[in-house]
Amino acid sequence: MNKRKIGFILLSVLLGVLVGAVVLLIGGFNPIEAYTIMIKGVISKPRYIAWTLIRATPIIFTGLSVTFAFRTGLFNIGAEGQYIIGALTAALVGYFVQGLPPVIHILLALALAGVAAGIWGGIAGLLKSRFGVNEVISTIMLNWIALYLNNYIVFWEKFRRPNSEASFRIQDTASIRALGNFRGTDAGKEFLASNPMIKEILSTPLNYGIIIAIISAVLIWYLLKKTTLGYELRTVGLNMHAAEYGGINVNKSILVSMIISGVLAGLGGATQVLGVTREVSVLAAMEGNGFDGIAVALLGSSTAVGSVLAGILFGALKYGGPKIQSLMGAPSEIINILIGSIVFFTSMPTLISIISSKVKTLNSKRRGEVSDD
Amino acid sequence: MSGNMDKSVETVKMVNITKAFGKIIANENINMTVHKGEVHALLGENGAGKTTLVNMLYGLLKPTSGEIYVKGEKMNTFRPDIAIKKGIGMVHQHFMLVQPFTVIENIMLGMEQTKGFGLLDREKAKQDVIALSERYGLYVEPDAKIEDITVGMQQRVEILKALYRGAEILILDEPTAVLTPQEIEELISIMDSLTKQGKSIIIITHKLKEIKRVADYCTIIRRGKYIDTVKVSDFDESQLASKMVGREVSFEVEKKDKQAGEIVLEIKDLVVKDSRGIDAVKGLSLNVKKGEILGIAGIDGNGQSQLIEGITGLTPVKSGNIFLNGSDITNKKPKEIIELGISTIPEDRQKRGLVMDFTIYENMMLENYGNEPFSKRGVLDYKKIKEFTRELIEKFDIRPKDENIEVGSLSGGNQQKVIIAREVTNNPEVLLAAQPTRGLDVGAIEFVHKSLVEQRDNDKAVVLISFELDEIINVSDRIAVIYDGKIVDILDAKETDENEIGLLMAGGGVSNE
Repeated sequence: MNKRKIGFILLSVLLGVLVGAVVLLIGGFNPIEAYTIMIKGVISKPRYIAWTLIRATPIIFTGLSVTFAFRTGLFNIGAEGQYIIGALTAALVGYFVQGLPPVIHILLALALAGVAAGIWGGIAGLLKSRFGVNEVISTIMLNWIALYLNNYIVFWEKFRRPNSEASFRIQDTASIRALGNFRGTDAGKEFLASNPMIKEILSTPLNYGIIIAIISAVLIWYLLKKTTLGYELRTVGLNMHAAEYGGINVNKSILVSMIISGVLAGLGGATQVLGVTREVSVLAAMEGNGFDGIAVALLGSSTAVGSVLAGILFGALKYGGPKIQSLMGAPSEIINILIGSIVFFTSMPTLISIISSKVKTLNSKRRGEVSDD
Repeated sequence: MSGNMDKSVETVKMVNITKAFGKIIANENINMTVHKGEVHALLGENGAGKTTLVNMLYGLLKPTSGEIYVKGEKMNTFRPDIAIKKGIGMVHQHFMLVQPFTVIENIMLGMEQTKGFGLLDREKAKQDVIALSERYGLYVEPDAKIEDITVGMQQRVEILKALYRGAEILILDEPTAVLTPQEIEELISIMDSLTKQGKSIIIITHKLKEIKRVADYCTIIRRGKYIDTVKVSDFDESQLASKMVGREVSFEVEKKDKQAGEIVLEIKDLVVKDSRGIDAVKGLSLNVKKGEILGIAGIDGNGQSQLIEGITGLTPVKSGNIFLNGSDITNKKPKEIIELGISTIPEDRQKRGLVMDFTIYENMMLENYGNEPFSKRGVLDYKKIKEFTRELIEKFDIRPKDENIEVGSLSGGNQQKVIIAREVTNNPEVLLAAQPTRGLDVGAIEFVHKSLVEQRDNDKAVVLISFELDEIINVSDRIAVIYDGKIVDILDAKETDENEIGLLMAGGGVSNE
């Protein structure tokens, strides 16, 4: 990513924040107070930071998912459904498979969740490469199929926790909670008692998901930038016709890209189940993790690193934002306006460049220079 | 042109025009004066700033500084509708016509005459158009749809459109690029009749032969700078060319006599469909030999594109066969065909040949990223790729000399050099060159031709597809004329001329089936 691009994104965020401030003012709230509450609510305590990372983890994954497909020229609206499939598979493996050593169980759950979600994404890829079905349409459909499949399986009597809308909890061996087992031991209790800060952090469901997310981002960066497969996918994304002419199998690339994209979204669902919820429950509506992923990818300008940073920013907004409601009575919906405005501005490069050139002209005029454009 | 008219009236006067886009100066202090009844050529290489200049006259762009006068009045507001009102008309290189509309509907578009209550008065419009077309000898079929008429007639529709809006000054942007030699003759006589009746014509072109034929005066610009305005009759083609390029240029393609070898590429009864599913190549047969350049002459849209796509495996062949050195390669995958030894300089370099957002080195590796030393076990070796690219940049004189630059920011000629470097380095048995010089300036054209001849001299087979007859005749050893998806005749380049080929291209030599 070049400097201009980064400047552009930061400016978009700033403009989004300004719009949020105006809305707050109109609503009769002091924007400075509101933003102070939000910032304090995110960074003032270690536990808040932990929560921010927990919130960021799933949308980093879906952001990576959307980013990856986008680099091959595909618009994966289906990260939502792939996420659901990943979560569901992780919960099934986490609950039904018993007696495995912890690390093996976790790896098995992650792997199978990845495979299942990869297949889910791959269906859309196959439909596109074989029959020319637009992936936007097919992934939207697959999202709904995933949602109802989830609800159907959660109600399966062997899986459903009696008198609840949710499944049984996963085995402890499948948990990726930070220091999960150590916490329960005597040594662990002693250690926590003498380290109040760590104890405070571990009062949250902090888990290894964020680390898996960052590792995934690095792998995706490497794959796109350094491998022949990544080169093929990027070429298809930028100019399908030239890729075809150069001997790249475009249909295969579409399929591969959708599979990998699905795997990434699925891992997001899996880490959420293995690290935070420990169960899946009936979904009345889409949770929105996949759709947030689109915003994350957009703000991260479709790069792996950008997705991680944008994911953390949105995680912070989602965690810190609602605090203005409890502390100053301002509606937490303001956060949605803020996120919406940021995404809005990122998708308007022309407007941003007009604003930045106006600012430049103003600056040069102030310095007494003659503007020549 | 006739002289019984007052040619001293200045219809357009552009004074010290400068246009800057940010830091890039597209036009710098350009002066141009056009008189009534005059054909004034605007000559310059691609990217010299010709189009920028006329776009200001037509109100599409606003000059950074300088003044434009139309019929003595200064232009203050730059908008096309105002330019049109002042009598400026423009025929773009790519026609701006609504395909499913009729000729009349296209001409009256935006100038609709009504009978009241918003009802279109087609009859009135039709009469007006017929009157105009008779007056200037612009033959059109008023009720035919644009999609059904020839390119030449579409161009006449565009000219009528401008005249219908009261144009006194017509700007023609590269008007001959899409025409057959015969259609060019027609256009020249139309221009004659227009100027005789007092219209002024500004013709943008880089074809010197045409300037000599039609223009009275010629303004030359080079890299955005004003070079000179000359009376065309005082200069010959090579003098004009050196003014345009800034150095001596040769038009002759240097080529030793050479005996062609055995057949390398053999095409038998090939049928290929176009994107609409209609047969575009209709049973075409052709042989190409080692050490020869086979030119394929023809008007755009006679199956050339589909022929190339069929040979390279990009579009499935419906029937017929393609043999390379005797083995059947019909409908093999594009990658296999490249590896078997067929390389292509594609017709549309920006669509097929290059990824504009990729750097030069990323484009150079397009066909061999998967081979050692460029990658090992799926991991790319950028060091090797960049080294390889730097060598080619040096060898083919690609500018700027920086492998990390995005191809989209290179000039057309340098973009083409990237493709040629890549394709020639594949060391192919057969090199297919589809319109390899389209949109290139004189210097770049020289380079492309030299590269093709070099391939031939190395005993490779070269197929050159071009709409420029001069190029076909100068570069090829044998010329195959394509018409309606078939080869209608094969001629020896030394023993034929433009007229013979032109007639064949227009379907003239074809017996009724």
